Amino acid sequence: MPENKTLLEVRNLKQYFDINMGFFRSKPLKAVDDVSFSIRKGETLGLVGESGCGKTTVGRSILHLYTPTGGQVIYDGQEIKSRESLREFRRKATMVFQDPYSSLNPRMTVSDIVAEPLDVHKLYKTKKEREDRVLELMGYVGLNSEHASRYAHEFSGGQRQRIGIARALAVNPEFIVCDEPVSALDVSIQAQVINMFDDLQDKLGLTYLFIAHDLLVVRHISDRIAVMYLGKMVELADAEEIYKHPLHPYSQSLLSAVPMPDPKTARANKRIVLTGDIPSPLNAPSGCPFRTRCRFATPACAESMPAFEEVSKDHFVACHRVKEIN
Amino acid sequence: MSLLEVKDLRTSFFTDAGEVKAVDGVSFNLDHGKVLGIVGESGSGKSVTAYSIMQILAPTGKIVGGSVKLDGQELVGADERTLRHMRGNKISIIFQDPMTSLNPTYTVGHQLIEAITLHTDRNRKQARDRALEMLQLVGVNEPEKRLKQYPYELSGGMRQRIMIAMALACEPDILIADEPTTALDVTIQAQILELMQDLQKKLGMAIIMITHDLGVVAQMCDEIIVMYAGGICERGTADAIFYHPHHEYTKGLLRSIPRDENNGQRLQPITGTPIDLLNMPKGCPFAPRCDHAMKICLSERPEEMRMNDEQISRCWMNIKDGVEAGNITLERSADHA
Repeated sequence: MPENKTLLEVRNLKQYFDINMGFFRSKPLKAVDDVSFSIRKGETLGLVGESGCGKTTVGRSILHLYTPTGGQVIYDGQEIKSRESLREFRRKATMVFQDPYSSLNPRMTVSDIVAEPLDVHKLYKTKKEREDRVLELMGYVGLNSEHASRYAHEFSGGQRQRIGIARALAVNPEFIVCDEPVSALDVSIQAQVINMFDDLQDKLGLTYLFIAHDLLVVRHISDRIAVMYLGKMVELADAEEIYKHPLHPYSQSLLSAVPMPDPKTARANKRIVLTGDIPSPLNAPSGCPFRTRCRFATPACAESMPAFEEVSKDHFVACHRVKEIN
Repeated sequence: MSLLEVKDLRTSFFTDAGEVKAVDGVSFNLDHGKVLGIVGESGSGKSVTAYSIMQILAPTGKIVGGSVKLDGQELVGADERTLRHMRGNKISIIFQDPMTSLNPTYTVGHQLIEAITLHTDRNRKQARDRALEMLQLVGVNEPEKRLKQYPYELSGGMRQRIMIAMALACEPDILIADEPTTALDVTIQAQILELMQDLQKKLGMAIIMITHDLGVVAQMCDEIIVMYAGGICERGTADAIFYHPHHEYTKGLLRSIPRDENNGQRLQPITGTPIDLLNMPKGCPFAPRCDHAMKICLSERPEEMRMNDEQISRCWMNIKDGVEAGNITLERSADHA
């Protein structure tokens, strides 16, 4: 259950990448542009959006896998800035990656993969201690001792993802960034892994930033959900609230586009089909990034980026016309 | 007579590790203008079923039994001339990945016009007009400009539209769509599905929709086939499959995906790991993962059982339920037990 204490706060996070345009010219690609939010202890915050919207970059910038171009990441009241604070932070915050095929070293045994964070942070005194910890971790994710000496390629996708989760748990973290952890898995295996995330959260009191594009999965696992579009956060609210009353035109069409696994609902569903493609983040539109595909866009939308404001309790939206259109 | 009749289709791949029975006894009919969905997990044989119908299998793959009849004409064992006439003209296919299914070294126009001139007696000029017409039909803006562009210059959604234009250019009776929206974002997926539904109404072709996404089949399909380990578990109308599933695997799938009904509750996953096609169990392939597996499930593979007008299932549980409800006499079930 989420507590009332803020665990992680992100303020005006910016992550730009320099793209080489030839002839010594480069142009910043604004993958994440001025994003602010906070996560409470024990909470799961879902982060959704389409490919290229910057959701993965947000996760990586928080963990400082990229050095943020601007903004602050404040964890447990302390800003992550110096090498020391980062080292400390990395023992409390870890990551589970999307692709269980490329995120495990094929030349290491499972026990070495799981123990690598222990080695890095020197979290054991004896070999025996290391071994016991590895077995304990594997037990958490439903693997057993006979798996420990095998290599990653001997496992199915679902099992590999379990290995990745065991590795993320090795340092006894408080906070885990889950970057599309179930999208590479088959439907029947997805549910196993989702339940495991739920169980581990209850058992170990974890806090998740859960990044995914499958909106039904995100709704299931999240307490609150944030929607991103072209590097900006456009809406943030309670999971049920955002599903029942999305306020931003982009969230509205995104949610209506989800194919519901129920023939009657699917037939009755009035989809708001967006025209056109997502603009390239290199040539993002001026003002509101969504205006080129928005049904409600006015010339004013081209002039300035709308502020990310609380329109009702705990419901944040960035849209100039949010009051008129809803 | 149905437009397409597939009967006891068997396709195997012969690998170093042994024979992999990728499709093992699949039968179904498809009528004009209907949308049939085939759902299943990776390795269930849904794509191989489609490739077997088109006969575009990899060199190690071979149809080892059964029949595929299109308009009454047998396609299994037919000569290359017949097959070539069938492909594109009568049945065409769009693939999952629009990034790799177009040739990167030719312009979009070249590829579209080539497909049209190969399959019809239009000359280049007429074929070009037809290509433009098709691009307009699938909602590609500035079609003149697109003809001169290379695939890398287009977005994923745009490429998939071009694949659809190419597939429909010769007015096939059947369009096979192999995971057509899996590589696309949700809002683009909605565009493409809407487009396919529109075109289906306009042109009246039948569609075989292959996907792992139960949401997509719920939205698109009249009939649904659920596959597991190369065989059909269950076949029926969309409503029958979703609201009255008669196979433990289908039931398990529906329980394991997040839906409105189980919102806020714990998901009930299917236990175990996906099947290894090289070591298939003797009985029902789903039995090792089935919570209700009985003795017979482990030893004997169930035959197709007709549940009602709308549904066929291959699950021994139906016999058990039937006996318990008194619909099946014990005398018949005695030799099964």
